[in-house]
Amino acid sequence: MADTTISQTGHNAPVAFTQAELGWLPWLEPFAETLTERHWAGLVDASRAKSPYFMLLVRDPDILQFRTKTDKDIFYNPNAGLPRAERELAAAAASRFNGCIYCASVHARFASHFSHRKEDVQRMLDAGVGADLGERWNAIVEASVALSATPPVFGAAHVARLRAVGLDDFAITDVINGAAFFNWANRLMLSLGEPELPSK
Amino acid sequence: MSADVIDLLAGIAPGSALDTVRALRVQARDNAQNSYLSLFAPEEPGDVSLRERFAVAAFVAALHGDTPAAPFYAGRLEAADAAAIAAEVAAGATSGPYGAYPAGPLSVENTPGLVFRVSAAGRAALGGKLAAALEHAHMLVFHPRDSSDAALQALLDAGWTTTGIVTLSQLVAFLAFQIRVVAGLRVLAAVPAGAN
Repeated sequence: MADTTISQTGHNAPVAFTQAELGWLPWLEPFAETLTERHWAGLVDASRAKSPYFMLLVRDPDILQFRTKTDKDIFYNPNAGLPRAERELAAAAASRFNGCIYCASVHARFASHFSHRKEDVQRMLDAGVGADLGERWNAIVEASVALSATPPVFGAAHVARLRAVGLDDFAITDVINGAAFFNWANRLMLSLGEPELPSK
Repeated sequence: MSADVIDLLAGIAPGSALDTVRALRVQARDNAQNSYLSLFAPEEPGDVSLRERFAVAAFVAALHGDTPAAPFYAGRLEAADAAAIAAEVAAGATSGPYGAYPAGPLSVENTPGLVFRVSAAGRAALGGKLAAALEHAHMLVFHPRDSSDAALQALLDAGWTTTGIVTLSQLVAFLAFQIRVVAGLRVLAAVPAGAN
């Protein structure tokens, strides 16, 4: 039988950016056969076998594995660079700008958790990437957005503004990597399925 | 061992300041390269041929404007495909992100933009399956928030498999990352600390 898409109906779809914990419903059939060693390597964390998103992506296990390892180092590596909260801010800003309600929810929540600035983060979700979050965060958001434009419009002025608020080249590279990575993640989450609000 | 493509395209030389910076995230650096290799030098191409991979990559890279990734991927095409892709790039060039949100408070942010369709000549030169991939790739590049199950059904109808769509989606989305890392690092290299 030819492959077909899955029409998702009857769920509660979010119509605004939120920091709530959303679900994600696939538009294509996740992998349903027995997982091989290569698939488990692709999932990286065995717990991801419970996620329809990762079980769809595991159809091509190698790129999933390398994508995930890239992601983890950019965001979790504690060695120097940008504080975790601001890596998450870059991810949330890119996601808000591209319009990925699911990705923005996850990384806005992380940015809030690590920064203890939930209201500022929510202001960016509500008002958009032009919200005034103070000079340091504004510089990070502006740079993330400029890099996320297609074609990118990130330039010397963005680097200068990041340096002026105290970021060194390690930290600026974390902004670049974090925003760039979410241009990868946003396109997968947006195009292969859709978010749903938690049931009440 | 293959040369690191991001270093190559960003002009990062061994021992340079940005080489040191990238070395701090060596897992990210190595796995970005492994990602490139798994997409463009796969152990087996599976449901997406190498011709299809490079044709889509050349199209996607060129849509990102002035990036060294464009000649890098276009250079891997046969002449006939290169000419056909160049013509589609000219017709597809625009700027993003644009697109529509689910109806509601975000509707005020809806931004119209080009919905790209491959030309008749391009479809004849590239074939219907590859043409469908370019149309989908254009949406992913410029207006991913317009995605829908119908867009995926169009790929299935054109001969793509579910697993092939996963690979195609990863390829386009990976390039959106790789091209931006290169763009960002090139700017950073050109504005050394203390220069402003």
